[in-house]
Amino acid sequence: MIDWTTVSDLLGLLNYWVAIVLMMAGFYTVIAQHNMIKKVVGLNIFQVAVFVFYISMGKVDGGSAPILKDGVEVYSNPLPHVLILTAIVVGVATTALALALVVRIHHSFGTIEEDEIQIIEHDEEEIA
Amino acid sequence: MSGEMIGGVLGAEMTSDPWLILLVVVPLLAAPVCVLLRSAGGAWSVATAVSWAVFAIAIKLLMTVLDHGEAVYRIGGWDAPWGIEYRLDPVGAFVVLIVAAIGALVLPYAKRSVEKEIRGDRIYLFYAMLLLCLSGLLGITVTGDAFNLFVFLEISSLSSYVLISLGQDRRALTAAFRYLIMGTIGATFYIIGVGLMYQMTGTLNITDLRTIMPAVVDTRTVHAALAFLTVGISLKLALFPLHLWLPGAYTFAPSAVTAFLAATATKVSAYVLVRIFFTLFGEVDLFAAFPLQEILIAMALAAMFLASLSAIWQENIKRMMAYSSIAQIGYIVLGIALATEAGLTGGIIHMFNHALMKGAAFMAIGAVVFATGAVTLKELEGIGKRMPFTMAAFVVAGLGLVGIPLTPGFISKWQLVTAALELDMWPLAALIVLSSLLAVIYVWRVFEVAYLREPAIVQHRPAEVPLSMLLPTWVLALAALYFGANATFTLNLAHTAARHLMGGL
Repeated sequence: MIDWTTVSDLLGLLNYWVAIVLMMAGFYTVIAQHNMIKKVVGLNIFQVAVFVFYISMGKVDGGSAPILKDGVEVYSNPLPHVLILTAIVVGVATTALALALVVRIHHSFGTIEEDEIQIIEHDEEEIA
Repeated sequence: MSGEMIGGVLGAEMTSDPWLILLVVVPLLAAPVCVLLRSAGGAWSVATAVSWAVFAIAIKLLMTVLDHGEAVYRIGGWDAPWGIEYRLDPVGAFVVLIVAAIGALVLPYAKRSVEKEIRGDRIYLFYAMLLLCLSGLLGITVTGDAFNLFVFLEISSLSSYVLISLGQDRRALTAAFRYLIMGTIGATFYIIGVGLMYQMTGTLNITDLRTIMPAVVDTRTVHAALAFLTVGISLKLALFPLHLWLPGAYTFAPSAVTAFLAATATKVSAYVLVRIFFTLFGEVDLFAAFPLQEILIAMALAAMFLASLSAIWQENIKRMMAYSSIAQIGYIVLGIALATEAGLTGGIIHMFNHALMKGAAFMAIGAVVFATGAVTLKELEGIGKRMPFTMAAFVVAGLGLVGIPLTPGFISKWQLVTAALELDMWPLAALIVLSSLLAVIYVWRVFEVAYLREPAIVQHRPAEVPLSMLLPTWVLALAALYFGANATFTLNLAHTAARHLMGGL
């Protein structure tokens, strides 16, 4: 026997499952990777998961885009979508800045591996 | 321009105060002006003028708020919750005053310090970033909209990552990168929390959220939202054990940046935490429903003891003061966690007092770096004789961190101990006093090195610091002495703020 309510719960909340999986994958990448570019990519995935979450939240079943039109009764909530436009801009700015820092770090340390940089920094601390 | 104008249809008795928006918009618009000027001197002049204008607006707003209880501005004339409103209450006005005052003092100080520490062709960008950071911090404080708060949080954070990365040492870059990663995670956690709240309530206006909250508080979504908000802001606040970004960032940032961020950024984050607990969840007995108090007190105590212990072992004086900051954040959070009027008063007044003391301490260190380039205790031997005025300011700040009577640190700790005793938490009161002894050790280490040791290489030439750096340092140190001896004004203000938070709007 298949428990259809559970199945429909799982499928009906598909967007949220996607958001959670992406969120965890991104968060894990940020924590576990030593490579700074990979960290930035993980951070991006983490943020995109939040975008998916907000956009799903604003969608109303059968709702159309919130433009006044004859014969359309149900509209999706535009506010979360607009918020995410702002959040995307913030995300792009953060990524750009992070990548700029990685370039500068590569320039002055010769590596972008966190563990190698830590060894270099530790040595500098000893000398100082 | 008249300070007030009559609001729209709904708000017959509610006046819209345009100074609220000017507080944020003036530094925000001045930042691109600095970029267009492309000259170090021009950018500095603009930034300094703006920071003083902002300070004047902050004083005006504080007086308005003390007279009327609140100041409100509706953006575009839209009534809340449809539009974004800016709302300032006594707590906010107090924090705005702290940020604006530190900004107005850091800018004159920054001129010479920055000329020495930052490459000439980047200086105008430095001032643009500092103004953006100032604008972001003020925006967080005045906004009444949870999403708008996120935007300002990111404006202040992104600009502070850039400011930190401008440090001379290449380790400033990695410190900025680490702060960026952790800060972005914190801000994203915050935005997840806001999203979950929005899902349950359909509003982003903090006052509106407060009204709706009792109806939805017993849902798992709101519980999760509270957890995300608390953890996210604690990351920005550098609450132990989420403080790992702070020591590196404060150690390698340019001196003026360290002084500015140490005195303002963490205070603003603490303010957001207060907003969440006592305004957003103000109609709900949050501390009875969740083991929030136990958790926060445990974190605060861990910060007070472990961070102070770490401070004792540091050889780099900037890093030592950074760990001391983490410990002092512990006191602020402790006051918040007590969740009584007396406790909150202690937490709020410590935001102010700590801003004075740490601002003075980091400015004094910056002056030493300017004159000698020394940051390790070894290099600082005998510095008290070479730079008597600068180090005297550091002594005032150091004694304040310990909490000697007649310094502001004493007022804060006295208030916190009283609050703990009011709740019959004897062990807690004892621990507050005990943790101060750790501060005695690290502050004494600096004093001993600075005054009792002879320099390894005897330099008879007294090290000179320009007046433009010495004066702001001493203004903060004297303010610390004044508010340590006569705390009536600050205590009343903190008490009004705490009563406002506990008693509702």
